[in-house]
Amino acid sequence: MLQNYLPILIFIAIAIVISVVPLLAGLILGPRRPDVAKNSPYECGFEAFSDARMPFDVRFYLVAILFIIFDLETAFLFPWAVSLREIGSFGFYAMMVFLGILIVGFIYEWKRGALEWE
Amino acid sequence: MNFEIPNFALALPEIFVLTMACAILLIDLFIPKHAKTLTYLLAQITLLGAAILTFQQYGHPGSVTTFNGMFVLNNLAIVLKLFIYLSAFASFLYARSYLPKTKIPYGEYFVLGLFSVLGMMVIVSAHNFIVLFLGLELFSLPIYAMVALRRDEGICVEAAIKYFVTGAIATGTLLYGLSMLYGATGSMDITRVSEVIMQSSLSDELILVFGLVFAVVGMVFKLGAVPFHMWVPDVYEGAPTPVVLFLGTTAKIAALGLLFRLLVDGLQPLSVQWQDLLIIVAVLSMALGNLAAIVQSNIKRMLAYSSIAHMGYMALGLVTATPQGYGAALFYMITYAIMTLGAFGVVAIMNNAGCEASKVSDLRGLNSRNPWLALMMLLVMFSMAGIPPIVGFMAKLSILEALIGVHLVWLAAIALFFAVIGAYYYIRVVKVMYFEEPEDATPIKYPVDMQIAISLSGVGLLVLGIVPGALFTLCQAVFGATPY
Amino acid sequence: MIVHHIQTASLICILSPLLGAAISGLAGKRIGNRASHTVAIVGLAISFAAAIYLFAQVVLYKVPVYNADLYLWGGSGRFSFHAGILVDSLTTVMVTTVTFVSLLVHVYSIGYMRGDPAYHRFFSYMSLFTFFMLVLVMGNNFLMLFFGWEGVGLVSYLLIGFWFERESAARGSMKAFIVNRVGDFGFILGIAVVLAYFGTLDYAQVFKQAPSLAGEIVDISGTQFSVITVMALLLFVGAMGKSAQIPLHVWLPESMEGPTPISALIHAATMVTAGVYMVARLSPLFEFSEVALSVVLVFGATGALFLGMLALVENDIKRVIAYSTMSQLGYMMAANGVSAFSAAIFHLMTHACFKALLFLAAGSVIVALHHQQDMRKMGGLRKYLPITYITFLIGALALAALPPFAGFYSKDAIIEVVKQANTPGATYAYYCLLIGAFVTSLYIFRAFFMTFHGEERMVDDQNEHKHGHGEIHESEYFILLPLVLLAIPSIFLGFMMVTPMLYSGQFSLLGSSIYVAPEFDFMTALVTHYDGPAYMALTAFMHPPFWLSVLGILMAWCFYVKYPYWATYTRKYMEIFYCVLKNKYGFDAFNDFFFVRGVRGISQFFYRIGDVKIIDDCMVNGTGRAISHMSAWVRKLQSGYLYHYVFVMILGLFAFLAWVLL
Repeated sequence: MLQNYLPILIFIAIAIVISVVPLLAGLILGPRRPDVAKNSPYECGFEAFSDARMPFDVRFYLVAILFIIFDLETAFLFPWAVSLREIGSFGFYAMMVFLGILIVGFIYEWKRGALEWE
Repeated sequence: MNFEIPNFALALPEIFVLTMACAILLIDLFIPKHAKTLTYLLAQITLLGAAILTFQQYGHPGSVTTFNGMFVLNNLAIVLKLFIYLSAFASFLYARSYLPKTKIPYGEYFVLGLFSVLGMMVIVSAHNFIVLFLGLELFSLPIYAMVALRRDEGICVEAAIKYFVTGAIATGTLLYGLSMLYGATGSMDITRVSEVIMQSSLSDELILVFGLVFAVVGMVFKLGAVPFHMWVPDVYEGAPTPVVLFLGTTAKIAALGLLFRLLVDGLQPLSVQWQDLLIIVAVLSMALGNLAAIVQSNIKRMLAYSSIAHMGYMALGLVTATPQGYGAALFYMITYAIMTLGAFGVVAIMNNAGCEASKVSDLRGLNSRNPWLALMMLLVMFSMAGIPPIVGFMAKLSILEALIGVHLVWLAAIALFFAVIGAYYYIRVVKVMYFEEPEDATPIKYPVDMQIAISLSGVGLLVLGIVPGALFTLCQAVFGATPY
Repeated sequence: MIVHHIQTASLICILSPLLGAAISGLAGKRIGNRASHTVAIVGLAISFAAAIYLFAQVVLYKVPVYNADLYLWGGSGRFSFHAGILVDSLTTVMVTTVTFVSLLVHVYSIGYMRGDPAYHRFFSYMSLFTFFMLVLVMGNNFLMLFFGWEGVGLVSYLLIGFWFERESAARGSMKAFIVNRVGDFGFILGIAVVLAYFGTLDYAQVFKQAPSLAGEIVDISGTQFSVITVMALLLFVGAMGKSAQIPLHVWLPESMEGPTPISALIHAATMVTAGVYMVARLSPLFEFSEVALSVVLVFGATGALFLGMLALVENDIKRVIAYSTMSQLGYMMAANGVSAFSAAIFHLMTHACFKALLFLAAGSVIVALHHQQDMRKMGGLRKYLPITYITFLIGALALAALPPFAGFYSKDAIIEVVKQANTPGATYAYYCLLIGAFVTSLYIFRAFFMTFHGEERMVDDQNEHKHGHGEIHESEYFILLPLVLLAIPSIFLGFMMVTPMLYSGQFSLLGSSIYVAPEFDFMTALVTHYDGPAYMALTAFMHPPFWLSVLGILMAWCFYVKYPYWATYTRKYMEIFYCVLKNKYGFDAFNDFFFVRGVRGISQFFYRIGDVKIIDDCMVNGTGRAISHMSAWVRKLQSGYLYHYVFVMILGLFAFLAWVLL
């Protein structure tokens, strides 16, 4: 009964190892030259503690929106991948159509220069 | 899970429009600047093709569903779609020579328009809350962008932001309402929802009624009726005229389709509740729209308030909750769309000719500058005022008939009262055109396609007014044939 | 087959004047005067040819009555209204008369209207008038009758006011229109009663049902009336207006402000006889109401005498003839009143010819004298205008009913049949008509002698139209030709047509078109004493009308040629009569006092108090003020702030929720 959960235990152990090892490796092997920006909790180009209504470049906004689109696409792909066996070729082609439309959008934004910073 | 290949044939127009819209998006990217007319032509061809495909589906009485009951096709959907294409076609037509003169990105207007049309098609064929909502989003988002097409104009951006924010709230409200309906009935399928409400006598249950109210608010916003109308004047004034054409005609027809699908198909058992709400909306809209229009000096704002008032009249048709009333509402909406095409068409033509046309007084002496244009505007104004023999009269008459048919005579009386008030500002436009001297007497010239379009809407109003039989019968048959 | 031909011919007959009117009216400026009158006259000629064809088919070859609906004009509830054509003998007689006179008047107008700035408009109106008149006589139902009726009224209005820059012409046209409106009101009511009781406006169906309605009684505010009587009297009110019967005759003298060809065509030959035609056409209705017949008789006979007498004191040559027209219309109506419809139509025909002739001859005089119409400034024109002189004389003899001229046969028959009749009022009518015969010949020969005989009284006008006597010369060919062509039927028409029209018993020409109830059939009694037209002319001296006419001519000769001072003398001693006649029995004064001023007063009251104070100030402007206040207030709601917008939305949502919950 309990041994059924053994894979999960192993899974947890591996997860801990994978998450701890890089941290340790970085701690041991990496050079240390701390400055103010590096010591702040988030590294996103803004002051961590300041007026929330400060102006920022609208291009960040564009990047964020583009990111969300393709991020959500991934969220759609996971359940599709899992159930692909059941939904068969129809499901496959449906997703291809979806991706196709997405690619059209991608071509559009690329050609329009939305991906270039300047 | 039983899975079957859906019947794509029923959704052929939607598939066609989607494919074409994507293709046009790409083509527009790669063609040189001087060949941009190709985008316009392709967009119009898409609409024509869709119209042909849709028209071929016409005829079968009753409804057919596909995509697991998510998509429905019946004559109501077909008629609505055809008039959506028609008004979109006319809007695009006015945009053709207008856009380049105002430095509005050319291809984007058409592509966004096509995607919005696709959303509308999805709405009128939706048979499931999810699909309905998807369609609504697809229909609204491009319009927000279209309103903001002139990014460098402050008034334009302001309008877009106002529209977007209020629109987002309205959409949220609608979604919230739909989720409550789902919670109460346990189904997303529109027919199923209707059955559940009817069988279980849930109609008094609080959550259902709450859901209904939230959904109604969202839909009334799309119509632009009081008290969810605040965006209308600003958007009409701020947005480029071709966008207003699209927004004021195509989008309104689609919004009516939304009402039909949700209220008539889905929530007919709750009609007692939504009738009350719509009565409030209608009376307030007629009152506020007509009263506020009187004091407007800006012609686009005046027409915006006039549209609010017209939505009030149209809502009266729904208030009856009878097939006759629905038919009258549909007839009213279609004729209103033609009138709006005419009215904003004139504004677009004047803008296009380089004449100022923002104030009512800019129409001064239009008769001496271009008699035909003035005559068409006269027909449109008389039609909006509901003066026989132009079709606006028939439309109002059919609404009043439907109202009297369900013994709501007092509502009919109110409608008449406000129609009389409304006549004032329509006829003032006529007076300005015919009896005042122009400040700038240069004749107005405009391209042939605009001439044809404006003549068709003006003369069409007159012809429809004299022989309204065919269209009227069609509007009624659409509801007589579907089982309500 | 023949049916098709009849239909085609009828349509050609009706539509070709309309086409002519359309072309000369719409394109007249572009195609020029010559082309416009050519188009109009060709249209009329075609119409006349078609009319002749119809006349031949119906009268000579006795084709059956053609009665068919062309198309459905409209419908409402259980009523349906058709546009249809009826071709029977009455129709063909009328159509032939109308197109004949109209054609000649068209030709005449080429000369008369030469140089007028609105030349093509004039021809267009005349052709349009002919179209309406043809619709009036060819329609097969009351609706077509009414359409034509109103149409001729409209064109008459337009033509009386043709020279609208002259104030008198504008006033005359207004008067004609308004007085006719009074008549038409009765006419519409009559048609409404017909529709209400018969449920149809089709002649054939109405006449079929008429006998069954004979006994029907209607209760109007407590008094019992026969339905048919009410119907017939209301319709007769319409005829009073159009055919200038007392008391709605006041417009006809004023209508003389129009050009003379119009006076000849509309106000003598055709339109004013529409009432006579209508009564004859509706004989199957009138025959069921003795009261109505009696009213028609008395009004007709009164007009025949008393309106004729007015011509005795009139000095305007056209107005003399206008009063004569009213008097003759009175004769026709009187004939209708004693159910002698065929005599009425016969007199209508002959009258159309000789009265048009008189008018056109008068027009010729007027043209020769540069639009001088006052007979006191004429005289001795015989030697300047020989052809006009002869034709006028023929017309005058026909009007005075001397044998063998056309008027003799028709008028004598009317007087005879009234003598025979026992309709209530027939004795009174007989004496009216008898004295009327004397008056007729007196006034027309007074006009004749004053114009063509005696000393020359032409004076130079004060204006620059200086003309010596030598400048007066006979009118041009276009004017004289119609005179001659009209003089021929004025002489022979009566002789030729009297037998078929009046004295053929049941085979008479109008036989099938009119209905005469057996108890009113006074014409048949005359047939037994009839031995042909020649005998009738030769035995004329055995009847008093002949001697009265001759007496009238003699008196006129004495007063105006031989002993002119008699006239002045008589006038001095008959001052009262002269005044009464000069004031036209006070009809105009009465109308002016009661109707015009009364209505003006009431209108002023309603205008000042009702319109200005209550409606304009209180209701219209008050509403406007209230609404603009409200609008200004509503406008403030639209602040432009996004958070206000959202706030309103949320408020609306809560209001809805509250509404549903509470």
